[in-house]
Amino acid sequence: MSSYKFKPYNVGRWVIWSLFAIVLICAPLVFISNLSGTILAQMGIAIIACLSYNILLGQGGMLSFGHAVYTGLGSFVAIHALNTVTAGNANIPVTLIPLVGGLAGIGFAVLLGYVTTKKAGTPFAMITLGVAELVFAMSLMFSEFFGGEAGISGNRVVGQSVWGITFGPQIQIYYLIAIYTFICVALMYAFTQTPLGRILNAVRDNPERVEFIGYNTQRVRYFAFIIAGFFAGISGGLGALNFEIVTAEVVGAGRSGGYLLFTFLGGATFFFGPIIGGILMVLAFVLLSEFTKAWLLYLGLLFLIMVIYAPGGIASLIMMNLRVASFGKLKQIWVSYLALFVTSLVTLVGAGAMIEMIYHLQLNSTLGDTLIFMGVTLNAKGVDSWFGSLFIMLTGLGLFEAVRRQFLMEWGDIQVEIEKEIKRREAA
Amino acid sequence: MSYALELKDLRKNFGKTEIIRGANLAVNTGERVAIIGPNGAGKSTLFNLISGRFGPTSGEILLNGQRIENKTPYEINRLGLSRSFQITNIFPKLSVFENLRCAVLWSSGYKYTFMKFLSDTKDANDLAMKYMEMIRLDKKRDLLAMNLTYAEQRALEIGITIAGGSNVILLDEPTSGMSKSETTRFISLIKQVTVGKTLLTVEHDMGVVFGLADKIAVVVYGEVIAYDTPEAVRSNHRVQEAYLGSPVAEAQVGEH
Repeated sequence: MSSYKFKPYNVGRWVIWSLFAIVLICAPLVFISNLSGTILAQMGIAIIACLSYNILLGQGGMLSFGHAVYTGLGSFVAIHALNTVTAGNANIPVTLIPLVGGLAGIGFAVLLGYVTTKKAGTPFAMITLGVAELVFAMSLMFSEFFGGEAGISGNRVVGQSVWGITFGPQIQIYYLIAIYTFICVALMYAFTQTPLGRILNAVRDNPERVEFIGYNTQRVRYFAFIIAGFFAGISGGLGALNFEIVTAEVVGAGRSGGYLLFTFLGGATFFFGPIIGGILMVLAFVLLSEFTKAWLLYLGLLFLIMVIYAPGGIASLIMMNLRVASFGKLKQIWVSYLALFVTSLVTLVGAGAMIEMIYHLQLNSTLGDTLIFMGVTLNAKGVDSWFGSLFIMLTGLGLFEAVRRQFLMEWGDIQVEIEKEIKRREAA
Repeated sequence: MSYALELKDLRKNFGKTEIIRGANLAVNTGERVAIIGPNGAGKSTLFNLISGRFGPTSGEILLNGQRIENKTPYEINRLGLSRSFQITNIFPKLSVFENLRCAVLWSSGYKYTFMKFLSDTKDANDLAMKYMEMIRLDKKRDLLAMNLTYAEQRALEIGITIAGGSNVILLDEPTSGMSKSETTRFISLIKQVTVGKTLLTVEHDMGVVFGLADKIAVVVYGEVIAYDTPEAVRSNHRVQEAYLGSPVAEAQVGEH
């Protein structure tokens, strides 16, 4: 991925970062509805959180089940800082409140991470789970700090406005988040290009060998954990500003699981994978949950399929296809892609109809037996609907399997051709 | 003057089993020592004790006169001792260049820093390039280590071991699993890259042993029963009894 370049600077890199900045600036000008405004703001927050999680998972091989502890505690400290400013007991500009969250993230990572990073592998995962449960249990006990069930609320319109920016309107808070997102993404990318960042990769690959080239692996993990905690805290602080309320669920296991799931879906093996993951996370939590009550089930299914068939996540799928495209072979395979897409859609329609009927029977049975699914009226207690759905699903599944086998063959052939091409170029 | 490496009555028990039973050895700076002995004699355990992978049950290990038997592997490495492994132990998902750069980072003084870009660590990069050329993998610079051939991976293993600039090098069966022609080439490579360093190597191939070593240490049942020049060891009565007398070993010597 990355290598030591002798060129004075890398043009491709400038183009990519400029595009990223342009997307951040233009997004709210393209998606102008109220809903998309909050979605975009949440995406920025989720991108920072998922990238900070990936410092552990993708770059350090540390499977944490408790990353929400650091985003969540960052949120709480940030909202308390905001309220202190509101009460007139401190003078921190609103723009720096997320940094307070970041410092809190560092503090808690220094404290809790010391225990956590003593071990690697499975014990590490267990300890993170334990710490997460501990913090969540405390959130129910100490209501002065965590605000009990109601949470802690605040008001981000505080202090003097600079150039008329009060951070009251959503668009203003969006741009604050966008600036933080850009800087944090850049800093986290920069981290991957430093000695500690590279040794962290080495610790992921082969911790034993690292001990024999002079590095204390425990310390490498600890330092990386603190850095991840910093960015997690910033993400939490931005969340506190964005929602103006922080409840105990931000340190909960569900949130931690979300980071893991979507970082993985986006792709932990590439730097930009968690960016995709963060975007998907917000889309799923905000949009998918509006579409259907069964959204968690669909999400679980997607996660399962990805773990089994594409363990590198969406990022690795993109990179594999870019490689195929760079050798001009994508045109050989696009028909198969289209067929895969159509057949999986058919399967999904059949399966979705049945899932929706089950949910309807369980949750909405008082509303009668009929429901509307993709414009078709289904009878949840009718044989026709069930038979039809099953038929569609099985047909889709059968066709999908046939297409998939064809696709695998074509894909294999293309890989062989690419290998040959590489050999030929090397020889030339 | 102190020895580069000295073992004093070193013992190691696993449970009730004594694996190393009072090993003594004193290696002068700049010597090449081959450690030989039958299977299960404790050669690899000896390496694991010296490099800090295990702690000894009793006894002393001195590196340049300094006691190291209670130190961790990374502390021992920082004091100037580096080892390779019998089963290839590299960073499979990093490129050849990154493997070597990781190996030189600590000794180049970069430690745990994250305030400097790797592209600006010119001395570490130059050093990594130098070692890459030395082990003749400079053409495979950006290839992931897991995509190298077996012999190339063995060379990278040696490269990572020597790149840190340690002056005491332990090689655990560097040529294991290699073909005859590969072994011959590899031995000359090892000789080249360890010039001026103190070298200890575990080796089964007698041809390699007599071609490479200034001195031979014979380990049998957890003890060093002989430590001398190859000629003296060959004529040593106890060694002949324990190990060398077999026709197979004689044949191997003849071939090289």
